[in-house]
Amino acid sequence: MLEKTSKNHRKSIARSKHIARDRSGAKKSSSQVLSSKGAMADKKKEGHLLRRGRKFSQKIVFVLLRLAAAVNGLVLAIIVYFLIKNGWRAINWTFLTQAPRDSMTAGGILPCIVGTLCIALGAIVVALPIGVASAIYLHEYARPGRVLRLIRLGINNLAGVPSVIFGLFGLAFFVTWLKFGISILAGALTLGALSLPVIISASEEALRSVSQTYREASLALGATKWQTIYKVVLPAALPGILTGAILGLSRAAGETAPIMFTAAVFFSPNLPHSIFDKIMALPYHIYVLATAGTEIEKTRHLQYGTALVLIILVLGLNLCAIIYRSRLRRRMHLGR
Amino acid sequence: MIEQNSIRMATRRLSFYYGASRALHDITLDFSANRVTALIGPSGCGKSTLLRCLNRMNDLIAVGRVEGEVLLDGGNIYAPAVDVVEIRQCIGMVFQKPNPFPKTIFDNVAYGLRVNGIKDKVIIAERVEQGLQQAALWDEVKDRLQDSALGLSGGQQQRLCIARALAVEPEVILMDEPASALDPIATQKIEELLRQLKELYTIIIVTHNMQQAARVSDYTAFLYLGELIEFNETEKIFTRPDKKQTEDYITGRFG
Repeated sequence: MLEKTSKNHRKSIARSKHIARDRSGAKKSSSQVLSSKGAMADKKKEGHLLRRGRKFSQKIVFVLLRLAAAVNGLVLAIIVYFLIKNGWRAINWTFLTQAPRDSMTAGGILPCIVGTLCIALGAIVVALPIGVASAIYLHEYARPGRVLRLIRLGINNLAGVPSVIFGLFGLAFFVTWLKFGISILAGALTLGALSLPVIISASEEALRSVSQTYREASLALGATKWQTIYKVVLPAALPGILTGAILGLSRAAGETAPIMFTAAVFFSPNLPHSIFDKIMALPYHIYVLATAGTEIEKTRHLQYGTALVLIILVLGLNLCAIIYRSRLRRRMHLGR
Repeated sequence: MIEQNSIRMATRRLSFYYGASRALHDITLDFSANRVTALIGPSGCGKSTLLRCLNRMNDLIAVGRVEGEVLLDGGNIYAPAVDVVEIRQCIGMVFQKPNPFPKTIFDNVAYGLRVNGIKDKVIIAERVEQGLQQAALWDEVKDRLQDSALGLSGGQQQRLCIARALAVEPEVILMDEPASALDPIATQKIEELLRQLKELYTIIIVTHNMQQAARVSDYTAFLYLGELIEFNETEKIFTRPDKKQTEDYITGRFG
């Protein structure tokens, strides 16, 4: 603030000098000096009011921003609180380790847990290699041009396709046309297609954040482009790519619409034995219990319990990936 | 003025374009073996562009285009049959900012060997030590070769980058303002190193620092607006330059 005033001061002096010079070297009259001093005082006052106004608006904006951030945490907290409050009573050893009984009004949800794990992990196994490979092509190899723009347009639109459309596509393409039937394979492929755009954009972002100096250093040592990507760029981008995988996995595990036509069934008490088996899945099970069960009110606690398990499962998968990621980062920066 | 028989590298009417704008105009220069040649000039004069033409790093620029020739031991490195990867093995490069890989010190120096297909662990270990010795870093890091290179100081990192380039056993080393990101003591070490390394290599260095050019180089080329203004022995350039522009620049009248 001090600096600013002194700068203003200097400016006004310069200005008055300028005026003096304009009058073809005539001596500065004392009245001029006085008036410029008066103007300065006015300005100071004005500046003070202005600063107060600015400080005030800054405060308001900060409060608003903080509020916006707080809303995020609050929403999650409310959801989790709600699920725990309504669902914790349903969760016990039987619930986690047995199949549903008595028209799904009793028993557990083990087949759903296993089924969801199968298709979510299957989706990542399918989508991660394809997604990372696409990102490498797009970011490292593709020359800017019409083809690249078209591919990007495709990826962006793929991200915007409603999940039920993915479900119908899976039904038409994997289940019927490729004759996979309603199966883990068809479900994993459908979910893989769904999580591709997330993985591609996260991977591309990760590749972009790898410093160009690494690439140059590697190329200057006589490495080929592929060696550079494989040995330097990919390891440096891996933590970011993993973040993409986490996001993709979370999204895949929680989806209902894409699997209800391709992988999940109403009731299947046996655990899957092959990738061509039908499964039960947590999100679809919630949907079934809440809308199509024989006694919806009676199974209310089971619905909340299942939802709670689903959220814990997704958070657990995320946690594993985050721990792995931070270990990678640490190893990269501290050596072994 | 230059011992003709010892020319290791040369440019012949070399021009470089960024799209439509021409960054280098018909540069013809000779670089002697076992000498340090400095490229000086104000910012944007094309000295870094010239340096990057010498190991074809400018191939990375999509809109870049080269005219003329760059000769390494008499052969044009821009000839169609030449493999750019092999060229870069013969012509090492050290960059402005130290840029070690996020790997261990050992793996950093071994990187160039491994990508060039050397698998024998004994040979790799030997060449890593040799590179670190030549870069005057061995004594400081020999007990922590398995630590991350990112834990080294800036000056050490830059010497590691030099060691990394030396381990590949190049003929020529290009340095793009190698000391500009370092403190005076680290700079002094790098300069000391240059004097030793020229016994074994041909060194071409871009520098903003004219005292540095005067201290370390045998020959100096002054570039301005993409043109070679004057090229001569460093002593001559800094005491009795032929051109007015050169004199103005080295006496600090512009730049």
